[in-house]
Amino acid sequence: MEAAVFISSLVDCCALIFLSVYLIITLSDLECDYINARACCSKLNKWVIPEMIAQALATVLMLVSMHWFVFLLNLPVASWNVYRYVKVPMGNMGVYDPTEIHNRGQLKSHMKEAMIKLGFHLLCFFIYLYSMILALIND
Amino acid sequence: MSTQGNANPNSSVNNYSMSSTQNGGGAAPCQNGPGQMYPAMYTASSYYSSAPPAAYPTVAGHSAPPTGKTPVSSTGYSGNYYQSSSGLSPYPAPGTHQYSNAPGQSFQQTAPYAMPAGYYGQVYSHPSQGQTQPQPQQLQPNLMPASSGSNLGAPLYPIVSYPSAPGSSQYGTLRSSQTTAGQPPVSTVMPPPPTQSSLQQYSQGIGATPTPAQPGYGAPPLSQAATVNGQSNAVQQHYDQNLHNPMSHHYAAGPPNSQGPDKERPPSGTPGTSVHSSPQHHPGLLYGDRGVNNAISSAAGDHSSSSSDHEEEDEEDEEADLAAPPAGVPAKQAPPFGYNYPTMHPAYQQNPAPKPNPSPSHGGYNPPGYQPYSQPFPSLSELSSALGGLGGVSELEAETLRPVNLLQERNILPPKRAPPPEPNLSNDLRKVNCSPDTFRCTLTNIPQTQALLNKARLPLGLLLHPFRDLTQLPVITSNTIVRCRSCRTYINPFVSFLDQRRWKCNLCYRVNDVPDEFMYNPVTRSYGEPHKRPEVQNSTVEFIASSDYMLRPPQPAVYLFLLDVSHNAVESGYLNVFCQSLLDNLEKLPGDTRTHIGFVTFDSTVHFYNLQEGLSQPQMLVVSDIDDVFIPTHDSLLVNLKESKELVKDLLNALPGMFTHTRETQSALGPALQAAYKLMSPTGGRVTVFQTQLPTLGAGLLQSREDPNLRSSTKNVLHLGPATDFYKKLALDCSGQQIGVDLFLLSSQYSDLASLACVSKYSAGSVFYYPSFHHIHNTAQKQKFQKDLQRYLTRKIGFEAVMRIRCTKGLSIHTFHGNFFVRSTDLLSLANVNPDSGFAVQMSIEESLADTSLACFQAALLYTSSKGKRRIRVHTLCLPVVSQLSEVFAGADIQAISCLLANMAIDRSISSSLSDARDALVNAVVDCLTAYRANGSNIQPSGLIAPAALRLFPLYVLALLKQKALRTGTSTRLDERVFSMCELKSQPLQQIMRMVHPDLYRIDNMTEQAALHLNDSVIPQPPLLQLTAEKLTREGAFLLDCGSVMYLWVGKCCNETFIRDVLGFQNYASLPSNMTEIPELQTTYSERTRAFISWLLESRTFLPAFHVVKDDASTKTSFFQHLVEDRTESAFSYYEFLLHIQQQMSK
Repeated sequence: MEAAVFISSLVDCCALIFLSVYLIITLSDLECDYINARACCSKLNKWVIPEMIAQALATVLMLVSMHWFVFLLNLPVASWNVYRYVKVPMGNMGVYDPTEIHNRGQLKSHMKEAMIKLGFHLLCFFIYLYSMILALIND
Repeated sequence: MSTQGNANPNSSVNNYSMSSTQNGGGAAPCQNGPGQMYPAMYTASSYYSSAPPAAYPTVAGHSAPPTGKTPVSSTGYSGNYYQSSSGLSPYPAPGTHQYSNAPGQSFQQTAPYAMPAGYYGQVYSHPSQGQTQPQPQQLQPNLMPASSGSNLGAPLYPIVSYPSAPGSSQYGTLRSSQTTAGQPPVSTVMPPPPTQSSLQQYSQGIGATPTPAQPGYGAPPLSQAATVNGQSNAVQQHYDQNLHNPMSHHYAAGPPNSQGPDKERPPSGTPGTSVHSSPQHHPGLLYGDRGVNNAISSAAGDHSSSSSDHEEEDEEDEEADLAAPPAGVPAKQAPPFGYNYPTMHPAYQQNPAPKPNPSPSHGGYNPPGYQPYSQPFPSLSELSSALGGLGGVSELEAETLRPVNLLQERNILPPKRAPPPEPNLSNDLRKVNCSPDTFRCTLTNIPQTQALLNKARLPLGLLLHPFRDLTQLPVITSNTIVRCRSCRTYINPFVSFLDQRRWKCNLCYRVNDVPDEFMYNPVTRSYGEPHKRPEVQNSTVEFIASSDYMLRPPQPAVYLFLLDVSHNAVESGYLNVFCQSLLDNLEKLPGDTRTHIGFVTFDSTVHFYNLQEGLSQPQMLVVSDIDDVFIPTHDSLLVNLKESKELVKDLLNALPGMFTHTRETQSALGPALQAAYKLMSPTGGRVTVFQTQLPTLGAGLLQSREDPNLRSSTKNVLHLGPATDFYKKLALDCSGQQIGVDLFLLSSQYSDLASLACVSKYSAGSVFYYPSFHHIHNTAQKQKFQKDLQRYLTRKIGFEAVMRIRCTKGLSIHTFHGNFFVRSTDLLSLANVNPDSGFAVQMSIEESLADTSLACFQAALLYTSSKGKRRIRVHTLCLPVVSQLSEVFAGADIQAISCLLANMAIDRSISSSLSDARDALVNAVVDCLTAYRANGSNIQPSGLIAPAALRLFPLYVLALLKQKALRTGTSTRLDERVFSMCELKSQPLQQIMRMVHPDLYRIDNMTEQAALHLNDSVIPQPPLLQLTAEKLTREGAFLLDCGSVMYLWVGKCCNETFIRDVLGFQNYASLPSNMTEIPELQTTYSERTRAFISWLLESRTFLPAFHVVKDDASTKTSFFQHLVEDRTESAFSYYEFLLHIQQQMSK
């Protein structure tokens, strides 16, 4: 059971890592002017909700399997994802707004955020991996 | 999808059917109507027709020519002139004209039209008989068989849009506009003054409103004919350069002054190049053929080749070509003149030379004339010494740093509007630097590091007005536009030439090769002088771009008008005003033969108008399926203006009457915009939306969000941001298809401008707002609308534009303000660009600038002119870099800082909250003054000390806090607040400053003392007064100039002579309370006053509304709200504000 939880979290985490990498690549494409803001933002906005769900899934899995430490580790990230989604002003086209992304260093802060998330997911990945192996051995 | 035929309520005969078949048997022959009538005039390459017979407007005997002089009174501008003219003509009043196409009626219809034709003929021009005759004949069989007789004298289609006198076109200066009466007499080839003036007024594609011709600044008598250039208001002098490419090798150069921070090198020789220019100007050195010509110095053969080049040019492109005079004929030298940079560069003055272009540059900021240059490459040391006064604090700096105790200095305002601070550069650089009207930086001394900038607590940013109407602009055509290979910077006056063949980019410091073509100087007609090319002599130049700069063939000018015809709209009566205005200006819409026009109206359904040439009358097509709006027919809704002009006029005459009895109160703006998008997306162009209420149907519908009870709340103001992303998305779609959307909101109720404005904001459009517009009840608003429309319809326009702003390595732009879409990090996408919009950017210093002494900024605007030419306008600004905090303070440009802060505050109030933004503004002053106090140790701690350069900072910030956009506590409608925000974000600096801190003058006792003497007129110069009621006296009359509105406040005991001689009334009591203009009286008093007012208006593009306010009138509150130094119930007075700041600082 424990192993199953961690295997699924591991899969979930892999997806999130890929997503983070994708975000970073897309944002740096925008930075280098390979794609325009409109295309970039519509690409990225598509993934805001999947990311939120995936992160929430991992958090809930940890909660139901009662791994408190990993749960608390995941909780801030999950709530940040929800917060920024809820906080989007009515007139904006999503978390990534093409008309705003070049203003006030938003591009940089998005980039920073994606980097931090990537680091976090990598950390989680190893935690899950370790816990999974531990669980498999214990079984 | 349900479409329906819609019966026109006005016409019993006609059904405006959905069918797209052309009705009427007369359709076919009409197609070769106007389009083929002027083959010579409208060939693709000669946009500015110079066919002499057509170009000369002759006034027919029966016609009453316009007086040629626009009245000086503030409302009597050229717009009125047309109205009065049209009043004379027996043109059927719009609305009375029936919209019918019964075959039998066409005879009746033509009768009234014959006269309008006469009207147009007299106002515009009469083509000579030879040309007119075919015209009616061609038309008559199709459209107006009955009127052939009357049409002979009054041609129906006098479409002489861009007439120019022959000969004058080559040496022409363009009067940028029909200016007010004070303008110098223009001696032209064109004969009678009235005619000429009407010609000017009419034929300038753009500048028919009194735009800044700067005629006032003591321009020398012009020796040129006013060449009319419909495309640009600038003087464009073209020099032939090359005949290699038949299309466009006129090398155009304005009269730039010689300058170049060049480096001296021994003239490394290309064989045959003469490095030292001779004062002789050889016409046309053929150098396009590089292999052959590189080694050839100018020779006789070249002369001949170049002269043939000339002729070719003149035929092909008569864009005010200024061909160089033939060799050996020294051209007249116009006295160097300019109001900003009046003197020549001393280094180049030693060799007065024949000037190649006898241009009378009135008002340009670059002195004319190429001065031969004895030292082609000044040495490196000279370049560094060019940065004058960097070592020590110069006198100027000492003055700007003089500490001012704000609490003690009462009269802080300078007697005249202070000019922007001059950057501390050497004279050479200063003279070629970009005009501060176009390009301005908040700090004229750029701090070396971000740390230093942070210490100064001042924002670093640029304010741009890139497409403004220029009186003088060098236009350059060459095969290769020289740019830096790595950063793509255009070559500019601030690059350094390492030697003849290499130049070093001033932005990225890369060393580039000088292309062969660039070695040739078309102005002096000599070879080997790359540093004397006009690109290197002028910081504002325009290039004619080659096909490398096009993604598709340049688009034609396409205009679509989207008109609200719901009950509310009809009630307000704007349709009448709009249709009349468009009818008057139809010929003046910028464009060429390809110009397309279309109309869409909407209420709860969307109506299209089939204007296919050949139809006997416009067909209305109604699409009632607003959920999935579609275009009923694709090819005939946007029609060629020239070909379908009669139908367009028919439609405009009929439109106001068509909906008079409508009961439709809904408005489906969203679907109508979607339809407009679909209609326009193949070409791009401009959509003009007239909306009078909240959109209530279909996509993009909005709810009322304003709570009237909270209008004067001191707490937070909600709903400053858009309610839906529909308009933003639509705007981005439009921007992608090169469609610009301009919004005219004429509404008395809340219409959620915050949401609607998005459609213009991101598609680079403009927003106009006329609160409580009504054609009868609110005449002042109606007049303003008319004047604005006049300017709007005729102003210059650029299509499918992009702007890139580059800056010296180390600086980076992080925030943009204005109406556009930021497509990538430094690329602004502007679907349309208009001469009245300004932009602002904020910058940060990412790398230390310690290794450079100059920072440069370049804004390059690539656009398609209304004539279908791709052009690049490049502005370059150069500023010194400093390492001391005091120098940063000394170079602060307080007006620019205030404007940038206003932009930032508006962003803040939308993204965060209004109170946050207000706090941030106050903190900006507090921080800055604290930083200054911390820096200067020698200052006594008592009092509120500011450097002289920043002494107006608290005043301007206080004024900003009292703006409609940012004020709290005073009742402000949400829409008006949002509109004020839109204006602050999209207007150019001067306009913002007048809006924020208006100018107050006492005008009842103006004397000749210190007056400006311009030409024949005397313009008194009363001093600026502080904006406080303390300065007003009952005995006086005061003029308050707020940019878009002007108030003349008349005190109760105002001197009766003034009231009688200037206002034309016996005494104060007999003054009406709603006067909106100053009568034209023949008294010196009146003349002087009017001269002053028209002088103030000279540089405006949109004419302000004018109100005479009596002291006891109820309207005086609108006057007194502008007196920002006074206390109001909810806001500080100036003195209190200073105390508040002092208190904050001591915390």
